[in-house]
Amino acid sequence: MASQEESSQPSDTLTTLKTESETLKTKLEEERAKLHDVELHQVAEKIEALGQFVIKTRRTLKGHGNKVLCMDWCKDKRRIVSSSQDGKVIVWDAFTTNKEHAVTMPCTWVMACAYAPSGCAVACGGLDNKCSVYPLSLDKNENLAAKKKSVAMHTNYLSACCFTNSDMQILTSSGDGTCALWDVESGQMLQSFHGHAADVLCLDLAPSETGNTFVSGGCDKKACVWDMRTGQCIQSFETHESDINSVRYYPSGDAFASGSDDATCRLYDLRADREVAIYSKESIIFGASSVDFSFSGRLLFGGYNDYTINVWDVLKGTRMSILFGHENRVSTLRVSPDGTAFCSGSWDNTLRIWA
Amino acid sequence: MTIKTLSQHGVQRQQMPCLTKMERMIISMQDPDMGIKLRNQRLLITVIPHAMTGADIFEWLIKKFSISDEEALHIGQIFVKYGYIYPLKEPRNLILKVDNSPYRFQTPYYWMSTRWPASELDYAIYLAKKNIRKQGELIEYEKECYNALHKRINHTWDFVVMQAREQLRASKQRRKADRIVLECQEQAYWLVNRPPPGTLDNIDHGPERRTTNTRVQLNADFYKKEIEHNRISLARNRVKSSICLESYVKYCEQYQPHDPIMQGCLPSNPWITDDIMFWNMNCETVSVPTKLRVERWSFSFMELLSDPVGRKEFLTYLEKEFSAENLCFWQACEDVRHGETSKIPGKVDEVYKQFLAPGASRWVNIDSKTMEKTLEGFKRPHRFVLDDAQMHIYFLMKKDSYPRYLKSDLYKNLLARAVVPQETKKSVLPFIHRQRHSSPSPALATQAAEDDGKTKNSNSFKSNSGTASRL
Repeated sequence: MASQEESSQPSDTLTTLKTESETLKTKLEEERAKLHDVELHQVAEKIEALGQFVIKTRRTLKGHGNKVLCMDWCKDKRRIVSSSQDGKVIVWDAFTTNKEHAVTMPCTWVMACAYAPSGCAVACGGLDNKCSVYPLSLDKNENLAAKKKSVAMHTNYLSACCFTNSDMQILTSSGDGTCALWDVESGQMLQSFHGHAADVLCLDLAPSETGNTFVSGGCDKKACVWDMRTGQCIQSFETHESDINSVRYYPSGDAFASGSDDATCRLYDLRADREVAIYSKESIIFGASSVDFSFSGRLLFGGYNDYTINVWDVLKGTRMSILFGHENRVSTLRVSPDGTAFCSGSWDNTLRIWA
Repeated sequence: MTIKTLSQHGVQRQQMPCLTKMERMIISMQDPDMGIKLRNQRLLITVIPHAMTGADIFEWLIKKFSISDEEALHIGQIFVKYGYIYPLKEPRNLILKVDNSPYRFQTPYYWMSTRWPASELDYAIYLAKKNIRKQGELIEYEKECYNALHKRINHTWDFVVMQAREQLRASKQRRKADRIVLECQEQAYWLVNRPPPGTLDNIDHGPERRTTNTRVQLNADFYKKEIEHNRISLARNRVKSSICLESYVKYCEQYQPHDPIMQGCLPSNPWITDDIMFWNMNCETVSVPTKLRVERWSFSFMELLSDPVGRKEFLTYLEKEFSAENLCFWQACEDVRHGETSKIPGKVDEVYKQFLAPGASRWVNIDSKTMEKTLEGFKRPHRFVLDDAQMHIYFLMKKDSYPRYLKSDLYKNLLARAVVPQETKKSVLPFIHRQRHSSPSPALATQAAEDDGKTKNSNSFKSNSGTASRL
């Protein structure tokens, strides 16, 4: 062990360290500001403003008996998996609105669910502190729960999960302040990611060429970018004023957006290493629970706790439109893999497809 | 009013910056110059001071925030739902009516940030007061709550009744108008904090965050790690904002025609017209891809590789150039990286035999340094052991073969032959929509493959690794 500071009380050392860290953070923000020579909306001045376009609810999926907490799209662009407070996980063909599979988890508040890239399985978890994988069987008589495979084990609630580029690995984030990468086959933890100071609420995998990083956001107001191979935190950003509920990469992988309880969404550029845009409005009071980009990255959709969805022009920084429809808070929002629609899930027990 | 003060639920309050924002807005609504004009409102035979109409609130919101009618109504509703504004007529109906219905601002004493969660004791006193004041004044659910409370906190019931009587006595000494206002305020508070069954519970906030049982240890080690991370971050190379931001403009511009929500898609968006032609024409095994799709392959090497049709075309091109082994090697590396852990040693061995060993049938050209490092790693093969070699070949293809492919006849001819779908319009008759066809489940495709004893199935919607995953 490294030697302690000489003759100081343990609490003094802690305070000293904390102060040192804070000082460095301030220096870091100063350094980051040095190369910030222009604002995004200034660069966007030369672009034409977007015309009004119509976005409406095209499907309403009713079937959950309780709050919908999370959803994910299948790679086939029409199927989705959704999970709710009462432990139900449902797989739908959102196009026909038919339910295809249903599983009841042994826990409540299933806050995370994900569709496997092959389309043959789903992963989910919540207050059970675990992430389990269910293979999707087409035998109507088969009990899906029987084939369940426990993959991840955390010491607090599971807040988010996603498969990496195959069915074989799952990335998870938890209320215990850590993220982890798991091998599905063996249930072994391949890597763990420590650095958040409080609950981690969300994560997203980078679409980059080398595909080895992901971003996470938490109750410590920090967004961290991690190297999946080494477990190291590569970059971190701490400009939000409250919990970060959602993070999502810009399609090129050079930036990511975040949604927070401070009622703002923000854009962080990874090469400039700083926050480059804030999407907020005086009239927006409640936190953003979930964000995602349209296919081109020009639009940012945000689901909010005041039941609405705000559509932002990413480049100009303006709010394009506000969508009403849900009767309780919007808890989850994802754009479909080919960008033809996006799906929102809400505490009003329904999911809506918008296009 | 009540004696008991609530403990500071600091943790929960941190989760609600929305309350701070709401309260700021409420205060500005009451600004003597820029706020809503308050006046006396008549309620039956009494005159209530400092009241406003629903229409006043609505118009103030529109003007202050430059928002639409719908949004202003929405915000107004929130204030009423959360108890910052309460209706004088029909107090149980917590909605905002945009007419001359009277409303009042709730006193800060009862704001959600100061008096939440509501205490059982306070509720018992409130119900007791109601019960004493007028027999049978309690409505059904209040009676149930009253009885339940009586059982639960029976030991302090004398105190409850005493408090209730004392408060009633004190209120009798007030002016009638004041008394009515205080009663309205208290009633509004309880309608928000103890909503009747069937109405929306606004206080529901989901599972607790930052629970104390498994907290991250903010000890010396944690801060040391943070300090180290910050030091490294300080020294990081950064790119000028102007360059980074310009790249978004370019990216959005390039991809906008491909963004269905922004510019539509041909023949039509399936979600809007119920016609799935768009999906059929863009599926993974189509023989003639669409023009937009083929164009997208020229945006980046990743676009080409991540499209199965694009990859197949590229492979055909590489075969002509006798460098197909590069792509095959890359794919094999992907398979190692994303496949089952138990199969890694076997796969790595295969890769070595096929691509890296001297005299291998599909030998790939890797620089000696990378080869040395890779071979060293083979002694204890792990998931990422081929990463360096894979990246070397990836960038080789990206810098050399890829640009030449885009200039090749193979690509140009495909682009010329590529389809531009005809637009299908939405059905003219509004209520008759096309039949929404089911599609085979991805799980079915795999099951069929397994039944046939095959391990690969090109018709399923699979990940790049190509093999059916067994769980």
